Amino acid sequence: MSTPDPNQTLNSAEAVHEAQPKPAKARPGQRVDHAGAAREFLHSPVHAQSHDERVWAMRQRRDTAMETIPEWEELRDLASQIKTHALTHLDKYLEQFADNAAANGVHVHWAGDAADHNRIVHEIFTRHGVKKVIKSKSMLMEECGFRHYMEGVGIDIVETDLGERIQQLDKEDPSHVVVPAVHKMRSDVSQVFAKTLGSDPNNDDAHYLTEQQRQATRPLILDADAGMTGANFAIAETGGFVVCTNEGNADLSANVPNLHVASIGIEKIVPKLSDLGVFIRLLSRSALGSPITQYTSHFRAPKSGGEMHIVLVDNGRSKRLADERFWSSLKCIRCGACMNTCPVFRRSGGLSYGATYTGPLGLILDPSIDAYRYSNLPFASTLNGSCTNVCPVKINIHEQIFEWRQVLAEDDMIPWTKKSTLAAAGRTLASPRAYRTAIKSAHSALKHLPDWALYNKLNAWGQVRDLPEVPAEGSFHDWYRKHRMDQSESASGDSE
Amino acid sequence: MRIGLFVPCFIDAFYPQVGIATLELLERFGCAVDYPFDQTCCGQPMVNSGCHAEAAATEQLFVDNFAAYDVIVAPSGSCVHQIRDNLTAVEQTAAVQHVRANTFELVEYLHDVLKVGAFPWAKFPHKVGYHDSCNTLRNLGHGKPSELRGPDFSKPRALLEKVEGIELVSPARPDECCGFGGTFSVTEPEVSGRMGRDKIADHGRAGAEYIVSADTSCLMHQQGCAKRIGAPIRFKHIAEVLNGSAA
Ligand code: SF4
Repeated sequence: MSTPDPNQTLNSAEAVHEAQPKPAKARPGQRVDHAGAAREFLHSPVHAQSHDERVWAMRQRRDTAMETIPEWEELRDLASQIKTHALTHLDKYLEQFADNAAANGVHVHWAGDAADHNRIVHEIFTRHGVKKVIKSKSMLMEECGFRHYMEGVGIDIVETDLGERIQQLDKEDPSHVVVPAVHKMRSDVSQVFAKTLGSDPNNDDAHYLTEQQRQATRPLILDADAGMTGANFAIAETGGFVVCTNEGNADLSANVPNLHVASIGIEKIVPKLSDLGVFIRLLSRSALGSPITQYTSHFRAPKSGGEMHIVLVDNGRSKRLADERFWSSLKCIRCGACMNTCPVFRRSGGLSYGATYTGPLGLILDPSIDAYRYSNLPFASTLNGSCTNVCPVKINIHEQIFEWRQVLAEDDMIPWTKKSTLAAAGRTLASPRAYRTAIKSAHSALKHLPDWALYNKLNAWGQVRDLPEVPAEGSFHDWYRKHRMDQSESASGDSE
Repeated sequence: MRIGLFVPCFIDAFYPQVGIATLELLERFGCAVDYPFDQTCCGQPMVNSGCHAEAAATEQLFVDNFAAYDVIVAPSGSCVHQIRDNLTAVEQTAAVQHVRANTFELVEYLHDVLKVGAFPWAKFPHKVGYHDSCNTLRNLGHGKPSELRGPDFSKPRALLEKVEGIELVSPARPDECCGFGGTFSVTEPEVSGRMGRDKIADHGRAGAEYIVSADTSCLMHQQGCAKRIGAPIRFKHIAEVLNGSAA
């Protein structure tokens, strides 16, 4: 039997009656509690199941698309090598890109961090008297807290990507880099639109909802003073950049107003226009299983009579580039394949990560942004390695997650109780005698303690599953002594 | 040539039959197998949590116990992965390097080294779902994971297919993690439990009466989940099936 059709689940009548889970967010200075947020998400069964099935369906479509490309693994190799080359010569290619962009008539700005980025864009807007902005989806702008900043200075930002718009209207962060509202069901969207756009709360037909959004947003788009986009790739050779969308919304943002500002992370540089073929073939197949995104838009110069700005943002990237263990995370092309395959992401939902970047990618990026706040995230993984295998640019994601655990433990970023428990385990397991005693007491505890003691709240194993039974013959060690050893032989360190 | 048998801590404590089957199976193929008596654990629980320093003494004890053997065999993929790839908290002496380079997981040893052709004593007339643990599949290379493009192969399936009467069935998500994940199982119990229940259900829909694996830790977790929800499915380590366990 195959996985049930996700669309059927999405349309199920039950969905209407289950409110969208809204896991609590970490307060400033706190650790994100992934396990707690995941529990809240899982306690909304219809949402939890729908999320798993829907996201898994993307992973399956990716597999199908991969099977159509005989040279898939070679393509991944090539993409990884191009990124290695670009990142190891990043200074040179960045200069080349900036020079070429300037020669094309584009204003180029350099932002050291998120605050720089927001200030630079704000200054551009101030110079042009901009009050209303349309923007296409950009993880970098999320990373910079751009929308919140602009809210603070009284500039209206309207998302043009449907999923992102839903999230904006619901005052939530995106939960996935490619499908920002994937954790919501249609019934949730109809509730959000009913509250914010005044549509019918009982109609969750996809066409109806999309149309409501379109009618409400179109005047805002036509009326905007400036448009913003991110970029998927920036080409050093030409000074141009590429934005991939499925809704064509980047073209609206870039072309409707006369002012176009593009925020580009410095790691987006590829050396040549011809490199694009490799990445474009991989990106959408890895993300959604489609051969290409609906719109792969190239931008190189301002439209006639218009103005174009590029803000090149570092925000910790050059520091990460210098770290031998984690630099290759900069190869990421934000396809989201690692999230789609991740069994933990699918069960817990993207909002449980409490961070801009979710899923396996987030586990390796977020702690470098704020080690304490995100110190639980590298533990929100079974290290199963599927993410590494789907990654189109061959980032060794699960190995970096494993590395992060060590870094966090060494920097005293993991809870003291956990560390001292493991230190005690280490002492027991380093001593054959202490170890044998521990096994005996575990056996007797399992034999003699009543169920309620084993399955109480303190025992995380027993919360969700039964404990193993005590074997009748005792441990393997006992069996070996009884059946395989000459009774006159005495083993060192094992006298009883 | 002498083989040192490593019986990981949780197998020693809760699944002695897996250790016994491993020992007997190797002996059936003429191997001389010792069980170093002072062994405990490979250090994985600490290392899995990032606490490498806390694992150093356990790793050293492991090396002291096994350095004298030509090869070390263990019926646990995750422990073999720890020894081979992550036993780094101790100084990398010649003894440590020898141990790391010569430790094999049981299926690998039977398939790649002994190149076993038949298990004439083994009959298992049941529908079996094979559980590829993530460590055996993706870190040790037991087979082709579903994410990668290339020719299909599976060492454990190749061995199981030689068992009389066995019928291998395939779940819809063939190599999805079952959610054990070492300390993950206790730090994220809800997600872990959900993954375990999903895994069992997937095997159940495929018609499996038994789930068989080369990783006892995954089986311990899945068995615990199955008991909790009253799922009728049963569990065996691959060593038990290959050694002729009837049911
Ligand atoms: S880490 Fe790899 S798989 Fe994940 S989003 Fe980035 S490119 Fe895609």
